[in-house]
Amino acid sequence: MASLTQRVLNLNKLFKRVNNGTKRLSSHFTYFPDNEKPVEGEYSKMNMMQAINNAMDLTLKNDPTAVVFGEDVAFGGVFRCALGLQEKYGNDRVFNTPLCEQGIAGFGIGMATAGATAIAEIQFADYIFPAFDQLVNEAAKARYRSGGQFECGALTVRSPCGAVGHGGLYHSQSPEAFFAHAPGLKVVVPRGPITAKGLLLSCIQDRDPCIFLEPKILYRSATEDVPVDNFTLPIGKAQVLRQGDAATLIGWGTQVHVLLEVAQMVQDKLGASCEVIDLMSILPWDQETVFNSVKKTGRCLIAHEAPLTCGFGAELAAAIQAECFLHLEAPVQRAAGWDAPFPHVFEPFYLPGRWRCFDYISQLLKY
Amino acid sequence: MALRSGVGFLRLSRINQVFRLLSTHSRPEIVQNGGLHAEFPGARAPYVTEIKILDENSYDPIPIYRVLDNNGQVIDSKEEPNLDKETLLNMYKTMIQLNQMDKILYESQRQGRISFYMTNYGEEGIHVGSAAALSSKDMVFAQYREAGVFLYRGMTVTEMVNQCYGNHEDPGKGRHMPVHYGSKQRNLVTISSPLATQMPQAVGAAYAFKRTPNNDRCVICYFGEGAASEGDAFAALNFAATLECPVILFCRNNGYAISTPTREQYRGDGIAARGPALGLRTVRVDGTDALAVYNVVVRARELALGNRPVLVEAMSYRVGHHSTSDDSTAYRPLEEIQKWTQDENPIQKLRLYLESKGLWDAEAEKTYSKEARDLVVRTMQEAEKKRKPHWKEMLEDVYYDMPPHIQKQMQEMEKHLEKYQEHYPMDQYQKE
Repeated sequence: MASLTQRVLNLNKLFKRVNNGTKRLSSHFTYFPDNEKPVEGEYSKMNMMQAINNAMDLTLKNDPTAVVFGEDVAFGGVFRCALGLQEKYGNDRVFNTPLCEQGIAGFGIGMATAGATAIAEIQFADYIFPAFDQLVNEAAKARYRSGGQFECGALTVRSPCGAVGHGGLYHSQSPEAFFAHAPGLKVVVPRGPITAKGLLLSCIQDRDPCIFLEPKILYRSATEDVPVDNFTLPIGKAQVLRQGDAATLIGWGTQVHVLLEVAQMVQDKLGASCEVIDLMSILPWDQETVFNSVKKTGRCLIAHEAPLTCGFGAELAAAIQAECFLHLEAPVQRAAGWDAPFPHVFEPFYLPGRWRCFDYISQLLKY
Repeated sequence: MALRSGVGFLRLSRINQVFRLLSTHSRPEIVQNGGLHAEFPGARAPYVTEIKILDENSYDPIPIYRVLDNNGQVIDSKEEPNLDKETLLNMYKTMIQLNQMDKILYESQRQGRISFYMTNYGEEGIHVGSAAALSSKDMVFAQYREAGVFLYRGMTVTEMVNQCYGNHEDPGKGRHMPVHYGSKQRNLVTISSPLATQMPQAVGAAYAFKRTPNNDRCVICYFGEGAASEGDAFAALNFAATLECPVILFCRNNGYAISTPTREQYRGDGIAARGPALGLRTVRVDGTDALAVYNVVVRARELALGNRPVLVEAMSYRVGHHSTSDDSTAYRPLEEIQKWTQDENPIQKLRLYLESKGLWDAEAEKTYSKEARDLVVRTMQEAEKKRKPHWKEMLEDVYYDMPPHIQKQMQEMEKHLEKYQEHYPMDQYQKE
């Protein structure tokens, strides 16, 4: 027994070291909380997981047809986003499904077709691909192919995405560009608790099927004062988070916080002021805000965690080039994940972190 | 399908879990329970001390329920459904109408007047038998070879022909290939080409119905035995069972998926054998016998409305080619097709039954067949004259509201057509 206790203690020590290691790895950004209040009324401190939970709670309360389902959501979900909802609303409204993503997506489409509000969870965005057919061939095209007779706009698919420090190949992916190529879908990524709540409620209430990608690294690390009541943020609208005139930096999700930090670094070290835009909606995206900013600054860096080739940055860069050609002082630059699967131990070298972004901007400003 | 790390992923250092992992007993504290049920959470089963490997022959094949014999005679009188004259005639006339529509539209595709068609030969009994057993409020998810269900529900030949032509009166606005019918007011969900995708959707729709107070609606989902090999089919059967949905999953097993015979599709006892394995009520029926299909679906509907999902496998034979893009004599003998056309013809069986009841005769057959044929021909001539929808319909309904980037693309196309319209078939499409 003594030796067993010793082994457990050793293991525990080992795990502690691993945990310290992961903490080091996961700090590739500094969180910039939202300070502006989007609406009047009561506010409460929430992390992003709680803000998402709160949005689903309000939906279940106000919409009797609404249901929340997916793998392991009944006990609260592996990231705790559905915590307490089954106790509150019953097991016919918050429930586990068999472990099958294509089933989850198809089931949700059917519920929405029959007039119910369906909030489906795919446990990790990395596992959304078995549902790709249902989402791209079915959900996206339901209204179009039926001449507007049928639709599944009341479907929202939530899924944790993005780097988490140690997720390796299948707990780190950012699949937004795959879905951005599917007319009929809306694709949305929040940067923190306030945007998560406002955008998720918009997605749930929107008349089109939405894919809501939640940067999982922010679930607990991001905390803000979030409006307690129902409120929405518009889909298809970007936000300018920092004004500037030297270059436009565009990102979404966690990468917004990297860009905010880099903008400060550029200000401090190079004396140039960058404009930072959170795109928020990938499809449809806010062309007006982006074009106006780039026309003003003449330089643009787009940054995302997903691989470079055919990443959503490519779409932005091509559109900016076409629309802002005469205003551009330098080629549009992209800072992205490398064209490799998302690696485990190499994550610090893989991500378009603060120093890579800073490097690109320095070159842009000198061009 | 993949490593599920979940909570453990976030909390690697849970000491109690580690402790539990390491503290195995060398000798169990409880006495062996002999032949009693084991306590594994995954199955309730007894222990045995002999290896018994099961295969497809370990169980008897699931029998095929029938009411009529090949001559249209009721085999067991207590199984004869009490269908009134009107329903019986409606069922039969729908089969004739469908058959005439198939013949003429198939030919019109051969002549290049429509781009594509799929006939329903040999499966008409499945359509009318099941459709007659349902309420018009029940929602239908179809694969593509269920046109008889659409007709029986009241979809008009005109609407269906308009769909095949994609003219401006097609409710689908000409966006879909022919035979992809849909009708919101009749609860017929628009067909899509990807196979089996409708199956988990049907289960989801059924779950939504189940949650409505005093629910009296079920969902029926048709699919072929080939589609049953798709992952979505397994998802649907399993979700239907575990979430206890009011759904009838109706398989049309017609022996072929394009050129692939069932021998290359599966090695078990058809599709029906999968039902009990997944905890579904299951029944197999003679799909050439409209009355048997009717009885089975009536029973299945009762079970489904009690939130007990049912799998139905209707055995039939695909008499026609898979589609107008297929010549089925390239992979099956003509004699086989003829046998099913002559001896096991669902239309003939019901006609003989109706004749034995004095509800139909050769004269009625002649008159109604001509009427059905004329209706299709007349409708086609009209459909052909109608213009296709305005080209702008190409960009509508992608979203509920048209987003700015699609508005921009529409303007771009508009400007392009101002300059180059003579290079486009403008006169075939509606104008502003």
